[in-house]
Amino acid sequence: MKYKSVFDIIGPIMIGPSSSHTAGAAKIGRVARNLYGKEPKNIVISLYGSFAKTYRGHGTDVALVGGLLDFDTFDERIPESLNISKDKGMTVEFIEEDAITEHPNTVKISIQDDENQPFELVGISIGGGKIEIVELNGFELKLSGNYPAILVVHNDRYGSIAGVTNVLMKYAVNIGHMEVSRKEVGQIALMAIEVDQDLDEKILKEIESLPHIIRVTKMVD
Amino acid sequence: MFKNVAELVELAESKNVKISEIMIQQEMLFTGRSREEILEKMEQNLVVMEKAVERGLAGVHSPTGLTGGDAVLLQRYIEKGNMLSGHFLLDAVSKAVATNEVNAAMGTICATPTAGSAGVVPGTLFAVKEKLNPTRMQMIEFLLTSGAFGFVVANNASISGAAGGCQAEVGSASGMAAAAIVEIAGGTPSQSAEAFAITLKNMLGLVCDPVAGLVEVPCVKRNAMGAANAMVAADMALAGITSRIPCDEVIDAMYRIGQTMPSALRETAEGGLAATPTGRELEAKIFGVSLKK
Repeated sequence: MKYKSVFDIIGPIMIGPSSSHTAGAAKIGRVARNLYGKEPKNIVISLYGSFAKTYRGHGTDVALVGGLLDFDTFDERIPESLNISKDKGMTVEFIEEDAITEHPNTVKISIQDDENQPFELVGISIGGGKIEIVELNGFELKLSGNYPAILVVHNDRYGSIAGVTNVLMKYAVNIGHMEVSRKEVGQIALMAIEVDQDLDEKILKEIESLPHIIRVTKMVD
Repeated sequence: MFKNVAELVELAESKNVKISEIMIQQEMLFTGRSREEILEKMEQNLVVMEKAVERGLAGVHSPTGLTGGDAVLLQRYIEKGNMLSGHFLLDAVSKAVATNEVNAAMGTICATPTAGSAGVVPGTLFAVKEKLNPTRMQMIEFLLTSGAFGFVVANNASISGAAGGCQAEVGSASGMAAAAIVEIAGGTPSQSAEAFAITLKNMLGLVCDPVAGLVEVPCVKRNAMGAANAMVAADMALAGITSRIPCDEVIDAMYRIGQTMPSALRETAEGGLAATPTGRELEAKIFGVSLKK
Protein backbone atom coordinates (compact mmCIF):
# COMPACT_ATOMS: atom_id res chain seq x y z
CA MET A 1 0.00 0.00 0.00
CA LYS A 2 1.31 3.42 -0.99
CA TYR A 3 -0.46 5.23 1.86
CA LYS A 4 -0.17 3.80 5.36
CA SER A 5 -1.44 6.54 7.64
CA VAL A 6 -4.65 8.55 7.97
CA PHE A 7 -2.39 11.60 8.26
CA ASP A 8 -1.31 11.09 4.63
CA ILE A 9 -4.97 11.83 3.81
CA ILE A 10 -5.93 14.38 6.49
CA GLY A 11 -2.69 16.37 6.33
CA PRO A 12 -0.07 17.60 6.02
CA ILE A 13 -0.50 21.04 7.51
CA MET A 14 1.10 23.16 4.83
CA ILE A 15 1.50 26.45 3.05
CA GLY A 16 -0.74 26.50 -0.05
CA PRO A 17 -1.53 26.22 -2.83
CA SER A 18 -0.85 22.59 -3.89
CA SER A 19 -0.14 19.46 -1.85
CA SER A 20 1.62 17.70 -4.71
CA HIS A 21 3.29 20.74 -6.27
CA THR A 22 4.06 22.73 -3.11
CA ALA A 23 4.10 20.45 -0.03
CA GLY A 24 5.42 17.41 -1.92
CA ALA A 25 8.05 19.55 -3.63
CA ALA A 26 9.17 21.03 -0.29
CA LYS A 27 9.50 17.50 1.10
CA ILE A 28 11.63 16.31 -1.84
CA GLY A 29 13.85 19.38 -1.45
CA ARG A 30 14.26 18.71 2.25
CA VAL A 31 15.15 15.04 1.74
CA ALA A 32 17.81 16.16 -0.76
CA ARG A 33 19.15 18.64 1.79
CA ASN A 34 19.14 15.93 4.42
CA LEU A 35 20.99 13.41 2.27
CA TYR A 36 23.47 16.00 1.06
CA GLY A 37 24.14 16.76 4.70
CA LYS A 38 24.80 20.49 4.46
CA GLU A 39 23.58 23.64 2.79
CA PRO A 40 24.08 23.28 -0.97
CA LYS A 41 25.52 26.18 -2.97
CA ASN A 42 25.00 25.47 -6.67
CA ILE A 43 21.77 23.75 -7.54
CA VAL A 44 20.25 22.70 -10.87
CA ILE A 45 16.62 21.61 -10.73
CA SER A 46 15.11 19.75 -13.71
CA LEU A 47 11.32 19.58 -13.82
CA TYR A 48 9.28 17.02 -15.73
CA GLY A 49 5.60 16.58 -16.70
CA SER A 50 3.08 18.61 -14.74
CA PHE A 51 5.92 20.00 -12.61
CA ALA A 52 7.54 21.48 -15.74
CA LYS A 53 4.26 22.87 -17.06
CA THR A 54 2.94 24.52 -13.89
CA TYR A 55 5.80 25.04 -11.46
CA ARG A 56 5.58 28.82 -11.31
CA GLY A 57 1.85 28.88 -10.71
CA HIS A 58 2.02 26.31 -7.95
CA GLY A 59 5.06 27.69 -6.21
CA THR A 60 6.91 24.41 -6.91
CA ASP A 61 10.10 26.45 -7.37
CA VAL A 62 9.85 28.24 -4.01
CA ALA A 63 8.84 24.99 -2.31
CA LEU A 64 11.81 22.99 -3.67
CA VAL A 65 14.23 25.72 -2.67
CA GLY A 66 12.47 26.04 0.71
CA GLY A 67 13.07 22.33 1.25
CA LEU A 68 16.73 22.71 0.24
CA LEU A 69 16.92 25.45 2.89
CA ASP A 70 15.62 22.84 5.39
CA PHE A 71 12.15 24.42 5.73
CA ASP A 72 9.21 22.15 6.63
CA THR A 73 5.96 22.13 4.58
CA PHE A 74 4.24 24.55 6.99
CA ASP A 75 7.17 26.98 7.31
CA GLU A 76 5.86 30.46 6.55
CA ARG A 77 9.22 31.44 5.04
CA ILE A 78 8.53 29.18 2.00
CA PRO A 79 7.00 31.96 -0.16
CA GLU A 80 10.22 33.96 0.37
CA SER A 81 12.67 31.08 -0.18
CA LEU A 82 14.03 32.27 -3.55
CA ASN A 83 15.05 35.59 -2.01
CA ILE A 84 16.43 33.88 1.09
CA SER A 85 18.59 31.55 -1.05
CA LYS A 86 19.87 34.52 -3.05
CA ASP A 87 20.83 36.34 0.16
CA LYS A 88 22.78 33.27 1.22
CA GLY A 89 24.71 33.30 -2.05
CA MET A 90 23.14 30.11 -3.41
CA THR A 91 22.55 29.77 -7.16
CA VAL A 92 19.51 27.90 -8.42
CA GLU A 93 18.77 27.11 -12.05
CA PHE A 94 15.43 25.65 -13.20
CA ILE A 95 15.20 23.57 -16.38
CA GLU A 96 11.84 22.63 -17.93
CA GLU A 97 12.37 19.17 -19.44
CA ASP A 98 10.28 17.72 -22.28
CA ALA A 99 11.08 14.06 -21.60
CA ILE A 100 8.12 11.91 -20.57
CA THR A 101 8.65 10.33 -17.16
CA GLU A 102 6.80 7.45 -15.58
CA HIS A 103 5.17 9.78 -13.05
CA PRO A 104 3.84 13.23 -14.07
CA ASN A 105 5.29 15.05 -11.07
CA THR A 106 8.99 14.28 -11.30
CA VAL A 107 11.97 16.43 -10.33
CA LYS A 108 15.72 15.91 -10.52
CA ILE A 109 17.86 17.90 -8.12
CA SER A 110 21.58 18.08 -8.82
CA ILE A 111 23.94 19.80 -6.46
CA GLN A 112 27.12 20.87 -8.22
CA ASP A 113 29.33 22.15 -5.42
CA ASP A 114 32.15 19.68 -5.89
CA GLU A 115 32.96 17.88 -9.13
CA ASN A 116 34.41 14.94 -7.25
CA GLN A 117 31.30 14.35 -5.19
CA PRO A 118 28.33 14.69 -7.52
CA PHE A 119 24.91 14.63 -5.91
CA GLU A 120 21.83 13.86 -7.93
CA LEU A 121 18.43 12.87 -6.61
CA VAL A 122 15.20 12.10 -8.47
CA GLY A 123 11.94 12.42 -6.54
CA ILE A 124 8.28 12.08 -7.41
CA SER A 125 5.29 13.68 -5.74
CA ILE A 126 2.52 11.09 -5.75
CA GLY A 127 -0.36 13.17 -4.30
CA GLY A 128 -1.57 14.61 -1.03
CA GLY A 129 1.95 15.74 -0.13
CA LYS A 130 3.37 12.23 -0.22
CA ILE A 131 6.64 11.63 -2.03
CA GLU A 132 9.04 8.92 -3.13
CA ILE A 133 12.75 9.17 -3.84
CA VAL A 134 13.30 6.97 -6.89
CA GLU A 135 16.94 7.60 -7.75
CA LEU A 136 20.06 8.70 -5.90
CA ASN A 137 23.36 9.25 -7.73
CA GLY A 138 22.25 6.89 -10.48
CA PHE A 139 21.06 4.12 -8.15
CA GLU A 140 17.41 3.21 -8.40
CA LEU A 141 15.56 3.03 -5.10
CA LYS A 142 12.15 3.51 -3.54
CA LEU A 143 12.20 5.55 -0.36
CA SER A 144 9.11 7.17 1.12
CA GLY A 145 10.89 9.73 3.26
CA ASN A 146 8.36 8.90 6.00
CA TYR A 147 10.76 6.94 8.18
CA PRO A 148 14.35 7.47 9.23
CA ALA A 149 16.59 5.76 6.71
CA ILE A 150 20.25 5.03 6.24
CA LEU A 151 21.97 4.87 2.90
CA VAL A 152 25.10 2.76 2.69
CA VAL A 153 27.42 3.02 -0.30
CA HIS A 154 29.44 -0.18 -0.44
CA ASN A 155 31.40 -2.52 -2.68
CA ASP A 156 29.27 -5.25 -4.21
CA ARG A 157 30.85 -8.19 -2.28
CA TYR A 158 29.42 -11.13 -0.37
CA GLY A 159 28.88 -10.47 3.31
CA SER A 160 28.65 -6.68 3.11
CA ILE A 161 24.88 -6.72 3.65
CA ALA A 162 25.10 -9.21 6.51
CA GLY A 163 27.74 -7.01 8.16
CA VAL A 164 25.41 -4.03 8.18
CA THR A 165 22.37 -5.94 9.40
CA ASN A 166 24.47 -7.55 12.15
CA VAL A 167 25.34 -4.11 13.53
CA LEU A 168 21.66 -3.10 13.44
CA MET A 169 20.75 -6.31 15.25
CA LYS A 170 23.36 -5.60 17.94
CA TYR A 171 21.66 -2.26 18.69
CA ALA A 172 18.13 -3.75 18.45
CA VAL A 173 17.21 -1.65 15.43
CA ASN A 174 14.28 -3.00 13.43
CA ILE A 175 14.33 -2.74 9.62
CA GLY A 176 10.99 -1.74 8.06
CA HIS A 177 12.09 -1.75 4.42
CA MET A 178 15.37 -2.49 2.70
CA GLU A 179 16.69 -2.60 -0.82
CA VAL A 180 20.00 -3.05 -2.56
CA SER A 181 20.85 -1.56 -5.90
CA ARG A 182 23.97 -1.79 -8.07
CA LYS A 183 24.91 -0.56 -11.50
CA GLU A 184 27.33 -3.39 -12.36
CA VAL A 185 28.28 -6.69 -10.72
CA GLY A 186 31.22 -6.31 -8.34
CA GLN A 187 31.25 -2.52 -8.52
CA ILE A 188 29.81 0.15 -6.23
CA ALA A 189 26.37 -0.59 -4.78
CA LEU A 190 23.85 1.15 -2.54
CA MET A 191 21.83 -0.18 0.39
CA ALA A 192 18.77 1.82 1.40
CA ILE A 193 17.41 0.79 4.78
CA GLU A 194 14.32 2.26 6.41
CA VAL A 195 14.30 1.78 10.17
CA ASP A 196 11.82 2.49 12.96
CA GLN A 197 13.91 4.88 15.04
CA ASP A 198 16.47 7.60 14.57
CA LEU A 199 20.02 6.17 14.66
CA ASP A 200 22.88 7.28 16.83
CA GLU A 201 26.10 8.58 15.18
CA LYS A 202 27.94 5.76 16.98
CA ILE A 203 26.00 3.11 15.05
CA LEU A 204 26.68 4.86 11.74
CA LYS A 205 30.42 5.05 12.54
CA GLU A 206 30.47 1.35 13.38
CA ILE A 207 28.79 0.48 10.07
CA GLU A 208 31.22 2.72 8.19
CA SER A 209 34.18 0.90 9.71
CA LEU A 210 33.07 -2.48 8.31
CA PRO A 211 34.93 -4.00 5.34
CA HIS A 212 33.63 -3.01 1.88
CA ILE A 213 31.63 -0.10 3.26
CA ILE A 214 32.46 3.23 1.60
CA ARG A 215 30.05 5.78 3.07
CA VAL A 216 27.02 5.92 5.35
CA THR A 217 24.50 8.76 5.39
CA LYS A 218 21.30 9.12 7.28
CA MET A 219 17.96 10.60 6.35
CA VAL A 220 15.54 11.60 9.09
CA ASP A 221 11.83 12.22 8.62
CA MET B 1 -7.42 -3.95 8.74
CA PHE B 2 -9.30 -2.83 5.63
CA LYS B 3 -8.30 -2.58 1.98
CA ASN B 4 -11.59 -1.39 0.53
CA VAL B 5 -14.88 0.20 1.57
CA ALA B 6 -16.73 -3.12 1.80
CA GLU B 7 -14.20 -4.39 4.38
CA LEU B 8 -14.30 -1.06 6.25
CA VAL B 9 -18.10 -1.18 6.57
CA GLU B 10 -18.06 -4.88 7.48
CA LEU B 11 -15.48 -4.28 10.24
CA ALA B 12 -17.43 -1.36 11.72
CA GLU B 13 -20.80 -3.13 11.59
CA SER B 14 -19.58 -6.48 12.92
CA LYS B 15 -17.85 -4.78 15.86
CA ASN B 16 -20.75 -2.35 16.25
CA VAL B 17 -18.44 0.70 16.24
CA LYS B 18 -18.12 3.83 14.12
CA ILE B 19 -15.89 3.95 11.04
CA SER B 20 -13.71 6.50 12.85
CA GLU B 21 -12.97 3.85 15.50
CA ILE B 22 -11.82 1.37 12.84
CA MET B 23 -9.54 4.07 11.44
CA ILE B 24 -8.03 4.70 14.89
CA GLN B 25 -7.39 0.97 15.40
CA GLN B 26 -5.73 0.61 11.99
CA GLU B 27 -3.60 3.71 12.55
CA MET B 28 -2.38 2.31 15.88
CA LEU B 29 -1.51 -0.98 14.18
CA PHE B 30 0.21 0.53 11.10
CA THR B 31 2.12 3.39 12.69
CA GLY B 32 2.60 2.30 16.31
CA ARG B 33 1.14 5.61 17.51
CA SER B 34 -1.00 5.50 20.65
CA ARG B 35 -4.69 6.44 20.60
CA GLU B 36 -3.88 9.66 22.48
CA GLU B 37 -1.17 10.63 19.97
CA ILE B 38 -3.54 10.04 17.04
CA LEU B 39 -6.35 12.10 18.57
CA GLU B 40 -3.95 14.87 19.51
CA LYS B 41 -2.42 15.04 16.03
CA MET B 42 -5.89 15.14 14.46
CA GLU B 43 -6.89 17.90 16.89
CA GLN B 44 -3.94 19.96 15.55
CA ASN B 45 -5.28 19.50 12.01
CA LEU B 46 -8.72 20.58 13.22
CA VAL B 47 -7.28 23.76 14.71
CA VAL B 48 -5.55 24.64 11.42
CA MET B 49 -8.81 24.05 9.51
CA GLU B 50 -10.76 26.22 11.93
CA LYS B 51 -8.27 29.07 11.59
CA ALA B 52 -8.28 28.83 7.79
CA VAL B 53 -12.10 29.04 7.69
CA GLU B 54 -12.04 32.06 10.00
CA ARG B 55 -9.35 33.76 7.95
CA GLY B 56 -11.19 33.15 4.69
CA LEU B 57 -14.49 34.42 6.10
CA ALA B 58 -12.71 37.60 7.15
CA GLY B 59 -11.66 38.03 3.51
CA VAL B 60 -8.42 37.14 1.69
CA HIS B 61 -7.09 37.64 -1.82
CA SER B 62 -4.49 35.64 -3.75
CA PRO B 63 -1.30 37.33 -5.01
CA THR B 64 -2.58 37.11 -8.61
CA GLY B 65 -5.97 38.62 -7.76
CA LEU B 66 -7.72 35.70 -9.51
CA THR B 67 -9.52 34.54 -6.37
CA GLY B 68 -10.62 35.87 -3.00
CA GLY B 69 -13.53 37.60 -1.32
CA ASP B 70 -16.26 35.20 -2.48
CA ALA B 71 -16.70 33.59 0.95
CA VAL B 72 -17.46 37.07 2.33
CA LEU B 73 -20.01 37.76 -0.43
CA LEU B 74 -21.79 34.49 0.28
CA GLN B 75 -21.91 35.08 4.06
CA ARG B 76 -23.45 38.54 3.52
CA TYR B 77 -26.01 37.00 1.17
CA ILE B 78 -26.91 34.30 3.73
CA GLU B 79 -27.40 36.97 6.41
CA LYS B 80 -30.07 38.65 4.28
CA GLY B 81 -32.03 35.39 4.54
CA ASN B 82 -33.40 35.24 0.98
CA MET B 83 -31.39 32.22 -0.17
CA LEU B 84 -33.11 29.53 -2.19
CA SER B 85 -30.92 26.49 -1.61
CA GLY B 86 -30.85 26.50 2.20
CA HIS B 87 -28.87 27.98 5.08
CA PHE B 88 -26.62 25.03 6.00
CA LEU B 89 -25.90 24.13 2.39
CA LEU B 90 -24.72 27.64 1.56
CA ASP B 91 -22.85 27.90 4.84
CA ALA B 92 -20.89 24.76 3.90
CA VAL B 93 -20.22 26.21 0.45
CA SER B 94 -18.97 29.54 1.87
CA LYS B 95 -16.67 27.80 4.36
CA ALA B 96 -15.24 25.52 1.66
CA VAL B 97 -14.61 28.60 -0.48
CA ALA B 98 -13.05 30.39 2.52
CA THR B 99 -10.51 27.57 3.01
CA ASN B 100 -9.52 27.44 -0.64
CA GLU B 101 -9.19 31.19 -0.86
CA VAL B 102 -6.69 30.98 2.00
CA ASN B 103 -4.88 28.17 0.18
CA ALA B 104 -4.64 30.22 -3.03
CA ALA B 105 -3.28 33.12 -0.96
CA MET B 106 -0.38 30.84 0.14
CA GLY B 107 -1.82 30.70 3.64
CA THR B 108 -1.63 27.75 6.06
CA ILE B 109 -4.13 24.95 5.46
CA CYS B 110 -4.50 21.24 6.15
CA ALA B 111 -4.57 19.10 2.99
CA THR B 112 -7.78 16.98 2.90
CA PRO B 113 -6.80 14.93 0.92
CA THR B 114 -4.92 17.54 -1.12
CA ALA B 115 -4.48 21.31 -0.90
CA GLY B 116 -6.52 21.94 -4.06
CA SER B 117 -9.44 20.08 -2.47
CA ALA B 118 -8.81 21.26 1.11
CA GLY B 119 -12.08 23.19 1.42
CA VAL B 120 -14.70 20.46 1.15
CA VAL B 121 -14.16 18.48 4.36
CA PRO B 122 -13.71 21.46 6.74
CA GLY B 123 -16.41 23.46 4.89
CA THR B 124 -19.04 20.81 5.51
CA LEU B 125 -17.78 20.06 9.04
CA PHE B 126 -18.01 23.66 10.25
CA ALA B 127 -21.45 24.05 8.64
CA VAL B 128 -22.99 20.92 10.20
CA LYS B 129 -21.38 21.97 13.49
CA GLU B 130 -23.84 24.89 13.61
CA LYS B 131 -26.77 22.51 13.26
CA LEU B 132 -25.68 19.45 15.30
CA ASN B 133 -23.50 21.02 18.02
CA PRO B 134 -21.02 18.12 18.07
CA THR B 135 -18.41 17.63 20.77
CA ARG B 136 -14.75 18.27 19.94
CA MET B 137 -14.29 14.47 19.92
CA GLN B 138 -17.07 14.05 17.36
CA MET B 139 -15.40 16.65 15.14
CA ILE B 140 -12.12 14.72 15.35
CA GLU B 141 -14.07 11.55 14.48
CA PHE B 142 -15.47 13.38 11.45
CA LEU B 143 -11.91 13.83 10.19
CA LEU B 144 -10.98 10.22 10.95
CA THR B 145 -13.99 8.89 9.04
CA SER B 146 -13.20 11.17 6.08
CA GLY B 147 -9.65 9.90 6.31
CA ALA B 148 -10.72 6.24 6.29
CA PHE B 149 -12.55 6.68 2.97
CA GLY B 150 -9.73 8.81 1.54
CA PHE B 151 -7.27 6.11 2.57
CA VAL B 152 -9.13 3.54 0.47
CA VAL B 153 -9.27 5.87 -2.55
CA ALA B 154 -5.59 6.82 -2.27
CA ASN B 155 -4.48 3.18 -2.14
CA ASN B 156 -6.91 1.71 -4.68
CA ALA B 157 -7.22 4.63 -7.09
CA SER B 158 -5.66 8.09 -6.78
CA ILE B 159 -6.03 11.41 -5.00
CA SER B 160 -3.75 13.30 -7.37
CA GLY B 161 -5.13 15.65 -10.03
CA ALA B 162 -2.01 15.10 -12.12
CA ALA B 163 -2.67 11.36 -12.08
CA GLY B 164 -6.48 11.20 -12.11
CA GLY B 165 -8.01 14.62 -12.75
CA CYS B 166 -10.19 16.72 -10.43
CA GLN B 167 -12.51 13.74 -9.85
CA ALA B 168 -9.58 12.26 -7.85
CA GLU B 169 -9.16 15.42 -5.77
CA VAL B 170 -12.44 17.29 -5.23
CA GLY B 171 -14.34 14.11 -6.13
CA SER B 172 -12.57 12.15 -3.39
CA ALA B 173 -12.86 15.04 -0.92
CA SER B 174 -16.62 15.30 -1.53
CA GLY B 175 -17.15 11.60 -1.01
CA MET B 176 -15.04 11.68 2.16
CA ALA B 177 -17.08 14.61 3.49
CA ALA B 178 -20.42 12.98 2.63
CA ALA B 179 -19.45 9.78 4.46
CA ALA B 180 -18.40 11.75 7.54
CA ILE B 181 -21.54 13.92 7.54
CA VAL B 182 -23.62 10.73 7.63
CA GLU B 183 -21.68 9.46 10.64
CA ILE B 184 -21.86 12.71 12.62
CA ALA B 185 -25.60 12.90 11.89
CA GLY B 186 -26.11 9.43 13.37
CA GLY B 187 -26.23 7.33 10.18
CA THR B 188 -24.85 3.80 9.85
CA PRO B 189 -21.48 2.80 8.32
CA SER B 190 -23.36 1.39 5.29
CA GLN B 191 -25.11 4.72 4.82
CA SER B 192 -21.71 6.44 4.91
CA ALA B 193 -20.57 4.16 2.06
CA GLU B 194 -23.75 4.89 0.10
CA ALA B 195 -23.23 8.63 0.56
CA PHE B 196 -19.64 8.28 -0.67
CA ALA B 197 -20.75 6.33 -3.73
CA ILE B 198 -23.56 8.75 -4.61
CA THR B 199 -21.21 11.71 -4.28
CA LEU B 200 -18.33 10.30 -6.32
CA LYS B 201 -20.67 9.11 -9.07
CA ASN B 202 -21.59 12.74 -9.62
CA MET B 203 -17.96 13.81 -9.88
CA LEU B 204 -16.79 11.11 -12.33
CA GLY B 205 -14.98 12.48 -15.33
CA LEU B 206 -14.23 15.84 -13.76
CA VAL B 207 -11.00 17.09 -15.33
CA CYS B 208 -8.16 19.05 -13.76
CA ASP B 209 -7.73 22.15 -15.91
CA PRO B 210 -6.44 24.99 -13.73
CA VAL B 211 -6.05 28.35 -15.45
CA ALA B 212 -2.35 29.27 -15.65
CA GLY B 213 -1.65 26.11 -13.64
CA LEU B 214 -2.72 27.93 -10.50
CA VAL B 215 -4.83 26.31 -7.78
CA GLU B 216 -7.43 29.06 -8.12
CA VAL B 217 -9.68 28.91 -11.20
CA PRO B 218 -11.78 26.75 -11.19
CA CYS B 219 -10.51 25.02 -8.01
CA VAL B 220 -12.17 27.37 -5.52
CA LYS B 221 -15.61 27.00 -7.11
CA ARG B 222 -15.15 23.24 -7.57
CA ASN B 223 -14.66 23.06 -3.80
CA ALA B 224 -17.89 25.01 -3.42
CA MET B 225 -19.84 22.50 -5.47
CA GLY B 226 -17.95 19.60 -3.88
CA ALA B 227 -19.28 20.74 -0.50
CA ALA B 228 -22.83 21.14 -1.86
CA ASN B 229 -22.66 17.71 -3.51
CA ALA B 230 -21.50 16.13 -0.22
CA MET B 231 -24.32 17.74 1.80
CA VAL B 232 -27.03 16.63 -0.64
CA ALA B 233 -25.64 13.10 -1.03
CA ALA B 234 -25.42 12.72 2.76
CA ASP B 235 -29.08 13.71 3.08
CA MET B 236 -30.01 11.25 0.32
CA ALA B 237 -28.17 8.39 2.07
CA LEU B 238 -29.73 9.31 5.43
CA ALA B 239 -33.13 9.18 3.71
CA GLY B 240 -32.36 5.55 2.87
CA ILE B 241 -31.39 5.96 -0.77
CA THR B 242 -28.70 3.53 -1.93
CA SER B 243 -26.30 3.48 -4.88
CA ARG B 244 -27.01 0.77 -7.46
CA ILE B 245 -23.26 0.58 -8.14
CA PRO B 246 -21.34 -0.45 -4.98
CA CYS B 247 -18.92 2.09 -3.51
CA ASP B 248 -15.72 0.16 -4.35
CA GLU B 249 -16.80 -0.23 -7.97
CA VAL B 250 -17.43 3.52 -8.22
CA ILE B 251 -13.89 4.12 -6.90
CA ASP B 252 -12.52 1.67 -9.44
CA ALA B 253 -14.46 3.38 -12.23
CA MET B 254 -12.97 6.71 -11.14
CA TYR B 255 -9.48 5.20 -11.30
CA ARG B 256 -9.98 3.80 -14.79
CA ILE B 257 -11.48 7.06 -16.05
CA GLY B 258 -8.41 8.86 -14.67
CA GLN B 259 -6.06 6.50 -16.48
CA THR B 260 -7.73 7.14 -19.82
CA MET B 261 -7.92 10.91 -19.31
CA PRO B 262 -5.64 12.79 -21.73
CA SER B 263 -2.60 14.47 -20.18
CA ALA B 264 -3.93 17.91 -21.27
CA LEU B 265 -6.72 17.47 -18.71
CA ARG B 266 -4.55 16.30 -15.82
CA GLU B 267 -3.11 19.37 -14.14
CA THR B 268 -0.91 20.45 -17.04
CA ALA B 269 -2.84 23.67 -17.77
CA GLU B 270 -2.99 22.63 -21.44
CA GLY B 271 -6.69 21.88 -21.89
CA GLY B 272 -10.20 22.60 -20.63
CA LEU B 273 -10.76 25.96 -18.95
CA ALA B 274 -7.01 26.66 -18.97
CA ALA B 275 -7.07 26.58 -22.79
CA THR B 276 -10.06 28.93 -23.24
CA PRO B 277 -9.32 32.37 -24.73
CA THR B 278 -9.89 34.01 -21.33
CA GLY B 279 -7.88 31.32 -19.54
CA ARG B 280 -4.93 31.93 -21.90
CA GLU B 281 -5.28 35.69 -21.57
CA LEU B 282 -5.15 35.48 -17.77
CA GLU B 283 -2.11 33.20 -17.98
CA ALA B 284 -0.31 35.61 -20.32
CA LYS B 285 -1.10 38.55 -18.05
CA ILE B 286 -0.01 36.81 -14.82
CA PHE B 287 3.29 35.40 -16.11
CA GLY B 288 4.03 38.07 -18.69
CA VAL B 289 4.36 35.44 -21.42
CA SER B 290 3.21 35.41 -25.03
CA LEU B 291 -0.30 34.18 -25.84
CA LYS B 292 1.09 31.72 -28.40
CA LYS B 293 2.90 29.06 -26.43
